[in-house]
Amino acid sequence: MNGYYFTILHGAVLTVGVSLLALLVSIVLGLLGAAAKLSGNRLLVAVATAYTTIIRGIPDLVLMLLVFYGGTIGLNHLLAALGSNGNVDINPFFAGVLTIGFIYGAYMTESFRGAILSIPKGQMEAAWAFGMSRVQTFVRITAPQMVRYALPSFTNNWLVLIKATALVSLIGLKEMTYVAKQASAATRSPFAFFLFTAALFLVYTTVSLYALRKLNARFSLGAKRATL
Amino acid sequence: MKWSVIFEPQNLALYGNGILTTLGLLFSSLGIGAVLALIFALALTGPWAPLRWIVGAYTYVVRGTPLLIQVYMIYYGLGQLEWIQERWNDIWPWTYFKEPFFCALFAFSLNTAGYTAEMLAGAIRETNAGEIEAAQAFGMSRFQVMLRVVLPSALRRTLPAYSNEVVMMLQSTSLASAVPSMLDVTAAASRVYSDYYLPFEAYIAAAFIYLVASFCLIAVFRLAERRFLAYLAPRKH
Repeated sequence: MNGYYFTILHGAVLTVGVSLLALLVSIVLGLLGAAAKLSGNRLLVAVATAYTTIIRGIPDLVLMLLVFYGGTIGLNHLLAALGSNGNVDINPFFAGVLTIGFIYGAYMTESFRGAILSIPKGQMEAAWAFGMSRVQTFVRITAPQMVRYALPSFTNNWLVLIKATALVSLIGLKEMTYVAKQASAATRSPFAFFLFTAALFLVYTTVSLYALRKLNARFSLGAKRATL
Repeated sequence: MKWSVIFEPQNLALYGNGILTTLGLLFSSLGIGAVLALIFALALTGPWAPLRWIVGAYTYVVRGTPLLIQVYMIYYGLGQLEWIQERWNDIWPWTYFKEPFFCALFAFSLNTAGYTAEMLAGAIRETNAGEIEAAQAFGMSRFQVMLRVVLPSALRRTLPAYSNEVVMMLQSTSLASAVPSMLDVTAAASRVYSDYYLPFEAYIAAAFIYLVASFCLIAVFRLAERRFLAYLAPRKH
C-alpha cells in the first residue's frame, strides 16, 4: 500500500519535468508569436492570429490525442513512403511536452504581446536613436521591462499549464495521475490516492504562486505606485 | 485522408449524440455552477469570517488541482466509498452516483462554481464605493444594497471574464470522455478512431465542432456585452 505512494511521488517528478519543458516550449513559441503579431508583416500576422485563435478554441485533450495518435500514424506513413519498414511509436513524454507547449504558446503569445504593447514606445525609440539593433533593443530594453507586465498573466498561464499536465496520463505517460489511477484500481481504495495526488498538485501550484509573487515584487521594484 | 468515413450516417449520428451530450453537460453544469457561484461569492464577500475561510479554502483547492483528478475523485472515489455503495441502490440522492453523466456533471459544476465565485467576488469587492454609500444614504439595508445596487452591476462587470470561463468549460467537458461510457464529442472521435484507425479525420472533426461551438459562444457573449455593458463602452460620439 505504501509502495504506491512512493510510485506516485516518483510520478510527480515526471509531472514537474513535463510541465517545465512544456513551459520552455511555450515561452519560445510565445515570444515568436508575439514578435510575429507585432511585426506588421501581413503574412506573419495572419499566421500568428490563426495559431492563437484556432489553438485556444480546441480542447487540450483533443489536440493531445490528435498529436499522439495522428503523429504516430503520420510518422509511420512518412517512413513507409521513404521506403523504410521501421515502426516508430511516439513517446508520450515528448508528445505531451510538445502538445502542451504548443497550446500554451498560444496563450503566452497573447500575454507577451500585451506586455510589449504596455511598454512606452519612447523606450524603444530611444534605444534605436542610440543606434541599437532590433535584437539589442529587445534584449536590453524591451525584455527586462516586459517581464513586469507579462508576469500576472504568465502566472495564470503557468498554473493552468501545470493542471493540464494531468491530461498526459490519458495518452499513457506514467506521471502521478496515471499512477494514482492504477493504484486505485489495484487496491480498490481510490479516494486516498486521488486525494494524495490532488494534494501534490496543490503543493506544486502553491509553491509556484509564491515564487512568482516574489519574482513579481522583484521586477516591480522600480515601478512607482500611486496610492489613493 | 478518408473524410467520407466521418460523413457515414452511423458516424454522423455518433458525433450528433456527442454534441448533445457535450452541450447538455456544458449548460447544466454552467447553470448549477452559476447558482453555487453566486452563493459562494456572497459568502466570500460576506461579514462572517469562518464562512469566508471555508469558501476561500474550497475555491483554492478547486482552482489548484486538475479537473481530471476532481472527475476521478467523484467518479471512482465517491462511487467506491462503502457508505455510498450501501445507499446508491435505493436511497434517493445517492442513486445518482451510479450514473456517469451525473458524476461528470457534479464534478464540472463544483469546478466552474469555484472559478466563477472568485470572479464574482472580485467584481463585488470592486464596486464603486460611491454607489454603495449613495444607497446607504437612501437608507437601504445591507440586503437591499446588495440586491439593488451591487449585484446588478457586479454581474454585468463579470461578463467578460465569465465568457472566458464558459469557453474554458466547453473545452473542459472533453474530460468527460475519461469517464467510461460517457459519449461526448471527444469520446465519439475516439470511437471513430478506434473503429477505423483514422486519427486525423476523427479528431480534426471533433476539433472543428469545438471550434464552431467556441465561436458561437463568444459571439453570444459579444452581443450580451453590447447589451449589458453598454454604459461602460467607449463613447462613440
